[in-house]
Amino acid sequence: MSGVLLQVRDLSVRFRRRARSVVHALDGVCFDLAAGQTLALVGESGSGKSVTALALAGLLDPAAEVTAGSVRLNGTELIGASAKTLQAVRRGELALVFQNPRRALNPIRRIGRQIEDALQARRPRPARAARERAIELLAQVGIAEPAARWHAYPWELSGGMCQRVMIALALSGEPALLIADEPTTGLDVTTQAGVMDLIAAQARQRGMATLLITHDLALASGRCDRVAVMHAGHLVEDAPVGALFGAPAHPYARHLILSTPRLGLPLQALRAVPGEVPDLGRTDLPPCRYAERCERRLDAACERTPVLSAFAPGHRVACWNPL
Amino acid sequence: MKPPLLEVRHLRKGFALPASARGLALPWRRPRPQVLAVDDVGFDIRRGEALGLVGESGSGKSTTASLVARLADADGGEILFDGDDIASVPARSAARAPWRARIQMVFQDPGDSLDPRANAFEAIAAPLRRLEALRGVELRRRVLRAAERAQLPQSLLGHFPHQLSGGQAARVGIARAIALAPALLILDEPTSALDVSIQVGILQLLDELRRESGMAYLFVSHDLQVVRLLCQRVLVMHRGRVVERGDTAQVLDHPAHPYTAALAAAVPAFVPRIDTAAPGARGGPANAPAPQPPPASPASFEGAAFPSR
Repeated sequence: MSGVLLQVRDLSVRFRRRARSVVHALDGVCFDLAAGQTLALVGESGSGKSVTALALAGLLDPAAEVTAGSVRLNGTELIGASAKTLQAVRRGELALVFQNPRRALNPIRRIGRQIEDALQARRPRPARAARERAIELLAQVGIAEPAARWHAYPWELSGGMCQRVMIALALSGEPALLIADEPTTGLDVTTQAGVMDLIAAQARQRGMATLLITHDLALASGRCDRVAVMHAGHLVEDAPVGALFGAPAHPYARHLILSTPRLGLPLQALRAVPGEVPDLGRTDLPPCRYAERCERRLDAACERTPVLSAFAPGHRVACWNPL
Repeated sequence: MKPPLLEVRHLRKGFALPASARGLALPWRRPRPQVLAVDDVGFDIRRGEALGLVGESGSGKSTTASLVARLADADGGEILFDGDDIASVPARSAARAPWRARIQMVFQDPGDSLDPRANAFEAIAAPLRRLEALRGVELRRRVLRAAERAQLPQSLLGHFPHQLSGGQAARVGIARAIALAPALLILDEPTSALDVSIQVGILQLLDELRRESGMAYLFVSHDLQVVRLLCQRVLVMHRGRVVERGDTAQVLDHPAHPYTAALAAAVPAFVPRIDTAAPGARGGPANAPAPQPPPASPASFEGAAFPSR
């Protein structure tokens, strides 16, 4: 197994809100990602998945503050790094693909030109070389007639095509880590399969690590080596894909699985996760942020913050009463 | 036997291609080329039945839904709703047609389809005011009832769309549509903007409402799993045409058309080994229904229509 590419330790982020209230969006998040590996970050809306992605890339909102923790990419510390360093990292080792590619692309610039912009920003080169490379990248992400499509505007392309352009942009810097935040939400199932196949193929060819952020467990189960489950800013379970879907240890992970449609189960057999993600701006947040939704809560033990600790080899859970 | 609630025959709708797709042909020399978004589509919906309409973006499913909802005019064909030909009424005046209250829609993204300046109460009250001319106490009573049926807590009625979670906003959209007690509800991807864990609650609500009230659904979705859970019958559309139709399980498990097979194969297989009756399940009648029929064994479908990756 190759070495650790991304090391996230104790990452905590808070947002200032009006009326002096503070949202504790992330609290003590720890995980590793090895080169070439694919890790899914799953959880409901509001669990902190996207904040984690933005914190890793140094793209947090000005109202956000990283209060503690460390993010090392290939040994380089990113927390507290200068804007210039972070930009260099985003142009090189780390690339992002967002949900809704049509909004992420510039609507009034031809897609080929946008890829050239990215290439030139990294390393200035002659116009002809940039154009050739842009067309090559479009071909690589499976866009037919790449030379003709170079001239297209994002609004002339389908959602799936736009996402392929986004991936071409991301790959243009030959990243070691791709962060894909809900890359296929809103796309058709067939397009989703195509986009995920493309990401997987590129990851394999380049030995690129992928952090896939999704709320769709079915997608995570088919596409990833490991799955990390987040709830209300805590990372509650981190396990190999087989272990998580075979024997989840955290009650929340189990409920997520039970809420996901699968073949052979009628609608009545599925169950929504009880309760709601707590408001992270509350001053009386319980130490275990799942406690209020949890049917396995122990009155005494759950008064302390659960620590992410080994449950089985390669399988960690943060729960005082795991399954 | 009563006739079907909705009968659609030979429905057709074309859109002129944009200039960029026409190339450099001289547009004034010949009629503008069209793409047929809906091409000779016909189907029935019986009372109390949920019909799924599936296909990819661009297959014409949303256009079909908006023609049936009479938000757009068809170029040809018939739409009989409870025996009335509703296709002959232009979409512009359909808002004042007597059947308007009986055909309602739930739109895709509740965050986008709700008026950001109207709170939940106003959003639900608007169609009651407009189509049933309700005011005062009676209006309030009906809004509260619709909210209750959509399992929307009363405390949220003063909230504006940006203060609601995705699931709550979806419930507002549903409450607004069922407030008028429609006979036909047209749902265009009502859960595709929601988390999977929240989607289940909304689907169960829709299923319950249909069983209780006998509403019929035209359920447009690209998500075959969701259609399988909610709909008894399904139509598969591809490039404006219906390529396959029939009983949902039959069509999705044994697709006859290669396009249906491709759609079914693209659904990510989800085969967790834990089952719903595992220890740790909370007791109580609401949470402990025995799965029936029993889940298919993973081995039986891994090699079939849902190849594992």
